[in-house]
Amino acid sequence: MKFSWKNYDPDGFYDELISSPGYPRTAGRTVARHIRSLTPEEIRERQMAAEIAVKTMGITFTVYSQGTNIDRAWPYDIIPRTISGKDWDRVEAGLIQRLTALNHFIDDIYNDQKIFRDGIVPPEMILESSNYREACAGMKPKFGAWAHICGSDLIRDRDGTFYVLEDNLRVPSGVSYMLENRKVTKRVFPELFEEENMRPIGEYTTHLFDTLASLSPRKLDYPEVVVLTPGIYNSAYFEHSYLAQQMGAELVEGSDLFVADDDCVYMRTISGPARVDVIYRRIDDLFLDPEVFEPDSALGVPGLMRAWLKGTVALANAPGAGVADDKAVYTYVPDIIRYYLDEDPIIPNVETWRCSEKAARDHVLKNLDKLVVKPANESGGYGMLIGPAATERERRAFAKRIRSNPRNYVAQPLISLSTCPTVCPGGIEPRHIDLRPFVLQGARHYVTPGGLTRVALVKGSYVVNSSQGGGSKDTWIVD
Amino acid sequence: MLSRVAERVYWLGRYLERIENSARMIGVYGNVLLDLPRPAKLIWESLLATTGSTELFAERYSRADERNVVKFYLADKTNPTSILMSVTQARENARTVREIVPSNTWEGINDLHLYLLDHLDAGLARRGRDEFLTHVINACQFIIGGLDSTMSRDAAYQFLSAGRYIERADMTSRIVDVGLANVFPWVSWMHGGEVPDGSQSPYESVLWMSVLRSLSALQMYRRLVPERVRADEVVTFLLQDRYFPRAVAHCIHAVQESLDALPNDELAVAAALSAVRHVRDADIDAILARERLHEFIDGLQVDFGAVHDAIEQTWFLPRSGRE
Repeated sequence: MKFSWKNYDPDGFYDELISSPGYPRTAGRTVARHIRSLTPEEIRERQMAAEIAVKTMGITFTVYSQGTNIDRAWPYDIIPRTISGKDWDRVEAGLIQRLTALNHFIDDIYNDQKIFRDGIVPPEMILESSNYREACAGMKPKFGAWAHICGSDLIRDRDGTFYVLEDNLRVPSGVSYMLENRKVTKRVFPELFEEENMRPIGEYTTHLFDTLASLSPRKLDYPEVVVLTPGIYNSAYFEHSYLAQQMGAELVEGSDLFVADDDCVYMRTISGPARVDVIYRRIDDLFLDPEVFEPDSALGVPGLMRAWLKGTVALANAPGAGVADDKAVYTYVPDIIRYYLDEDPIIPNVETWRCSEKAARDHVLKNLDKLVVKPANESGGYGMLIGPAATERERRAFAKRIRSNPRNYVAQPLISLSTCPTVCPGGIEPRHIDLRPFVLQGARHYVTPGGLTRVALVKGSYVVNSSQGGGSKDTWIVD
Repeated sequence: MLSRVAERVYWLGRYLERIENSARMIGVYGNVLLDLPRPAKLIWESLLATTGSTELFAERYSRADERNVVKFYLADKTNPTSILMSVTQARENARTVREIVPSNTWEGINDLHLYLLDHLDAGLARRGRDEFLTHVINACQFIIGGLDSTMSRDAAYQFLSAGRYIERADMTSRIVDVGLANVFPWVSWMHGGEVPDGSQSPYESVLWMSVLRSLSALQMYRRLVPERVRADEVVTFLLQDRYFPRAVAHCIHAVQESLDALPNDELAVAAALSAVRHVRDADIDAILARERLHEFIDGLQVDFGAVHDAIEQTWFLPRSGRE
């Protein structure tokens, strides 16, 4: 018995592969046809082969739990998620527009603060944000770019419209998994690559290196670019090492670097100190420099901020860039785009209520059973309330937290996430997905064709985070 | 190249070598037992002495029998030199230098780690042990082969190589030492303390062959010395042969060559050269005649320690710079 798409029902959600039971979308035709030609047994075999490939390629992520770190195999589903090239071109333009505007915004708030004077964004919201860094005021990074690497989370509603759910401007992760997913798919479905033309994604690391190199304060053909990792116990260590390897850059830890009397950054090598031009830092602002931020941090480099402010080294992303990925700032992004670019946003925001505003807060507290409430500064899906799924008691407890610190919360309607066919224990079933494309801004812009598709493996669930049982898929932009 | 990376690559080399050596030794010790009359206890105790683990073992186990000793070497998480812990350490080191070593190195080590987790129980049982150990040795050879054929002879390779050879030199010297210290008394014990003049105990040859076999040296030794396996010839071969890649002289010379290719190498090369001379210029027959071999080997190990210290001092992160 071969698999039939007639028995696959996305139940009213926008499905990425199938427009209605039995009818694949144009971009998904090849994939759908191929799946249809396989028996359930063959599909299970491919899924198992993929899981073995993931294991032997050592694609892992680390979960921190009860005081220990566990290195787990990266969860990957064999059925690719397909998006038409036409849909994608629009998304790509929207992402570039968004990051451009956000960089204008960050540059403005650390310098002229025109946007405050023009009354578009209330200054207290920014200046009181836990991600605002006083130490960065007056800094003018090259190209006016503060967030050089951005990962925005996109979702698709029931009608297929893309929305931005959040921006990640600090240390977004996941791009290595996007690249590795494609490699695994090539191992599992080599025949599909002969039949389909999907846009290649392998150039990402070249573009990343070019972006980073363009930030170098010294004019060199090959500036010294390094990736700064908190170390092997960080959940994204795999990615840090992967990116360094792909770019041919040194992977450094804080103890490898020091700032000398000339305020330049050097790394300790077997031939003595070597000057560093650009640091792609994968550690949080607050751990960067114990002289300026957390004094007890051993992850960073004493004097690093001094070097950066003096312009002897570039940091990507720049310290302080995170002020713009705050979920409270998110609500202003459409206004920010209009203000700096004089354009309408190409990709809309999800409707969001700011609990800091009384009318909005009252609405949120009254409708907790219908809304999703998120803390403004957390990531990874931690500390949020999914109202419709929560118990009355959980909602009451959460209401208390909102009242005691309204600035820290925003709320959104429970927006639908699109589905994609996924291999489940009972066969192929629809599961909810999101998408994290990666956007670069240095001398130029670059957007990954597609991105990392994350999938909630539990039926009906919207929780796609790998730290909480989510999986992933290869993502194909099909022309 | 980063100092921290140099240090981790060096230790990766040491751990890889240690894994292979341990697997070989356990295999050979298990086999030689089949040739010998009881009691075998002394043999297992001599294995513990080889690796300097007598005390650590005694803290954890009451009896040095086959079951306990094999468990101690294969699977004991409290024994830092057990195969399980060495593989875990090699994997951690490989993971932190993943961008430096060829990707199949990482995959090979990761594979070996997975294999170990799945097959430890089979390896502990006597019946499955041979297959288990053979797999471990083959996996190491596969990893080393991959490094050998795909890694540029850059600084990282030299550190890896120096780590491998210094570990190997150390291990060979220990095995020779223990061959002497433990095999002879054991043989005397077998014969009530009396070995007739000029003749060999039938087991002496068997035991020296096992020493050679634990270093995979028997075949090469036979080509060089086609007569009966004798202590003085074996010791000379294992310490001074220039061409056999597990002989101490060869290993320490290889360390010196690797260090030679690195920047600021004066201190470390001087230490390695002094070790090379020490082993090469020794009069082994005279040392054996005076029964000073144990002291001589102690001296060699002090040399290896000095080479290691010089490497650390020259190229690794200063102690204060570490987390």
